[in-house]
Amino acid sequence: MTEGLKLKVERRDGLAVIYTEGYINNQGGEEIAEAAYGLLDEGFGTLLLNLAGTKIVNSIGISILIEIIEKMIEVEGRLSFCHLTPTIEKTFHIMGLAQYASIFPDEQAAVTELQAGAS
Amino acid sequence: MSELGVLEETHLTFRLAPEMELEVRACACEMAKSIRMSTDKVEEVGMAVVEACINAIEHSRAADGQLHLGLAVLGSAGADEPQGLRITIQDQGVGFDCSKLVPPRIEDNLKSIRKRGWGLKIIEGLMDEVNVLSGEGGTSVVMLKVL
Repeated sequence: MTEGLKLKVERRDGLAVIYTEGYINNQGGEEIAEAAYGLLDEGFGTLLLNLAGTKIVNSIGISILIEIIEKMIEVEGRLSFCHLTPTIEKTFHIMGLAQYASIFPDEQAAVTELQAGAS
Repeated sequence: MSELGVLEETHLTFRLAPEMELEVRACACEMAKSIRMSTDKVEEVGMAVVEACINAIEHSRAADGQLHLGLAVLGSAGADEPQGLRITIQDQGVGFDCSKLVPPRIEDNLKSIRKRGWGLKIIEGLMDEVNVLSGEGGTSVVMLKVL
């Protein structure tokens, strides 16, 4: 068994960044969802998921990310991703996630655009 | 790639269990690296293998609880240079009717309670050729990645 997914959250002006480390499977996806919904309750409507520490995902984990995207659409919030491996990014495009969640190459690019959009 | 011959072949058996997909992935990626497949393609092979394994774990209901992995390095007859990797993920479960599979769409998925069913679409998007054979004897997913 692998160790569970590790999460770290940073709260900034109008934006929260969730950093992942490890495999995003069903359990990892649920942990991300719990963190994301907690941040929504705190009033963060713009979330950035930094996947620099994640090299492997599976479709069960991604299906939970789709649930988070659906929730963000409902509350007129925004979920974005950065630092995806080429394979994870390609997978998100295959599934069509990129139509509903922005994908940025790195955190700097994401924060610049998201904070500009939030202000 | 059907005209290519098999240069090297390996068969391994795994017990169907949560996270066994990572073991199977590691074996397939190791073989892909050994024939000098590019890093991005190795990762795509890994992701496709994970998805095929998850389908078997979730849906096969295989009485023997086993998953069989076949790895075949393909190349031109008479030449030693590999040109591709064929990966077969096989179970002896209950099978399913491939004709009843409906490809998922994100627009529908977002509105639906069920957000699953992406495995085969991901596999087809990442690999160069995919064939799924399923029936009463189980399911075989045969995937090809060209170097």
